[in-house]
Amino acid sequence: MSKLITGAEIVFKALEDQKVEYIFGYPGGAVLPIYDELKNHKSVKHILARHEQGAGHAAEGYARSSGKPGVLLVTSGPGATNAVTALTDAYMDSVPLVCISGQVPTHLIGTDAFQECDTTGITRPCTKHNWLVKDVNDLSRILHLAFEVATTGRPGPVLVDIPKDIQFKKGKYKFVKNILRKKLNGKATYKLSNKDLDKFIELIKKSSKPIFYTGGGVINSGPEASKYLRELVSLTGFPITSTLQGLGAYPGDDPQFLGMLGMHGTFEANNAMHDCDLMINIGARFDDRITGKVDEFSPKSKKIHVDIDPSSIGKNIKVDLAIVSDVTELLKGLIKRFKEKNKNFLNSNKQKTSKWWEQIDKWREKKSLNFINSDKIIKPQHAVQRLYELTKDNDTFITTEVGQHQMWAAQHYKFNKPNRWMTSGGLGTMGYGLPAAIGVQIAHPGKLVVDIAGEASVLMTMQEMSTAVQYKLPIKIFILNNEYMGMVRQWQELLHEKNYSESYTAALPDFVKLAESYGCVGIRAKTPDELDEKIKEMINVQRPVIFDCVVDKSENCFPMIPSGKPHNQMILGPEEEEEISDEGKILV
Amino acid sequence: MPRSKSAYSVPGKIGKLERHILVVWVDNEAGVLARIAGLFSGRGYNIESLAVAEVDKKKHISRITIVTEGTPQVIEQIKLQLKKLVPVHKVADFKRNDKDILFRELALFKVLANSKKQEKIKKICKKFNPVILDKSKESVVIQVTALRADIDKLALDLKRLGLISISRTGAVAMTKGAKIFS
Repeated sequence: MSKLITGAEIVFKALEDQKVEYIFGYPGGAVLPIYDELKNHKSVKHILARHEQGAGHAAEGYARSSGKPGVLLVTSGPGATNAVTALTDAYMDSVPLVCISGQVPTHLIGTDAFQECDTTGITRPCTKHNWLVKDVNDLSRILHLAFEVATTGRPGPVLVDIPKDIQFKKGKYKFVKNILRKKLNGKATYKLSNKDLDKFIELIKKSSKPIFYTGGGVINSGPEASKYLRELVSLTGFPITSTLQGLGAYPGDDPQFLGMLGMHGTFEANNAMHDCDLMINIGARFDDRITGKVDEFSPKSKKIHVDIDPSSIGKNIKVDLAIVSDVTELLKGLIKRFKEKNKNFLNSNKQKTSKWWEQIDKWREKKSLNFINSDKIIKPQHAVQRLYELTKDNDTFITTEVGQHQMWAAQHYKFNKPNRWMTSGGLGTMGYGLPAAIGVQIAHPGKLVVDIAGEASVLMTMQEMSTAVQYKLPIKIFILNNEYMGMVRQWQELLHEKNYSESYTAALPDFVKLAESYGCVGIRAKTPDELDEKIKEMINVQRPVIFDCVVDKSENCFPMIPSGKPHNQMILGPEEEEEISDEGKILV
Repeated sequence: MPRSKSAYSVPGKIGKLERHILVVWVDNEAGVLARIAGLFSGRGYNIESLAVAEVDKKKHISRITIVTEGTPQVIEQIKLQLKKLVPVHKVADFKRNDKDILFRELALFKVLANSKKQEKIKKICKKFNPVILDKSKESVVIQVTALRADIDKLALDLKRLGLISISRTGAVAMTKGAKIFS
């Protein structure tokens, strides 16, 4: 008979068997038994955040940059509710998180006890699944199932709520694997059929205006998927565009890459999506920031959609060939079959797509990411470009907050490897980037980690600088400071007659002094001449840095697809705004 | 027309609505009904009726029958979303007008009526497997099993005869012949 151990010990045994190295958390009354047990398990290191939301985003940054699940430990009541934003963020962006929360003792559940809340009720819609553990003998099975649910299929967050008495109680521990597969009787696994692959190849061969449209699914499938994607794209010679979450799966500086698509995507990517005759969607979900007006989305194309989540297919856009599969598996199978039957496809097909490439080059000539630079004031796009040029030779990891700076980072920072770009896309969580950078740095000690931030976003989770200092994590917080909630101000300018209602932040802190008070380094750049030198200074400091980059207050993020418009009606820059607003009257 | 003042796209055309019966097999565990109901409310789907009970005591499997309405794409989404839930084993889907499926709802009516009126009530309910569950000098409780529309009509007819209380279940469903749902 196996030895009986306490619930708290079972938690750590499960974490050890799942090879968890780091947990991010914050203690409190209802998880104290688990925290007490921490000292006996040296292989599991705890990172103390300053707020549970920060712990959650740090776990997300850790997970997205390493491919391993992030683990979060919080107390009951406010501990759990503070984690809800991070859980929802992870749910929207398919990040594997396992959140362990304390709960009041079983006999007090339902009595409105101190720091009690219905954690499983609150987190039900923002997790893949959650459990309230009522019997200590269920604990090990639930914990291992939790890891399995979080990391299989489309990844996502899960939560295990453990009442305090269960943490004390003694029970049996068992390491159980593949619970889901057994239970669902193979339902979760789909097999690729040669028929689908042949249909896929047929569509590729018939097309004269093709485009690859790839997303976060490629990243989530693991680094091999990016390798195969590169092979397939070079085999076919087709153009490729990527969603916000997919950046890095394909090299950003490759001539076949058209840049990001969507609301703030490039002119060439969006027009190619609109005019193509074959759209190959690999691991993207036809999000509303991508499609614009659904009725007029890419009207003339055949569409292929590869996704591991069957419910993502056909949700927003009808497709002609749907394949439920892991991206790596699909690409591997497809490339093998494609090569067998289509030797020398690239050369023989060049003629067929040459007109399409000519058209794409015409769109490219618009240089939609251009901006009018200045020698007096730092333009935010220029700041991102300089940051890119000065950091591209290091293996740099970039996180962002949410807003204009995020879009400028996506447009002007070119990623060449997967898992180097961590941004909150689905939920759009301001305050994501700083704690995420902490998680990334934990997973990749010695690497350069930069949070491209806005001053409004970063203040939402600024307290986590204290975490960075405590664990000596030399993250760089690169703030594009325009004193506005820039994206809010931009929408107010374009849609609400420049009524800048509450989007200006008066009484901002002095970020350099703030950095000093946290015990890290503060750097400020005010003019374009000093920018490079200051960025180099930031990179060379081996401590956490808050970089206050004072930028043009009125710069807007272009190009842009205005609301309710199809892809081929982008606003390219400020000089075009008036013209489009007239046209808009007819359209909406 | 004014410009859209939203950063979201305007709604497109809505397709034709269809009524479907979904049968869902789930683990009978705490919170499973909240998961199903939350999925419907959270994604803006519609539940017209719902019937749940454990059907396998050993394996703790419950069978949930949901009547819902939506465009074909929405119905497809509902099915796919349901299948993603961890405690869900399988989902079967039928159109309301499918000839091979049997549907029944059960209703209890309490009517204030003397013995003369009670005979009348029995007559009205005759086609719908009436069972008198309780009888007194001035009242009767009668059980019927029928389709939703029939029960609606019965309720209207009984109103004139002194109906004071109705209790109804959601629809349950089963296939005709030897085959079972899969």
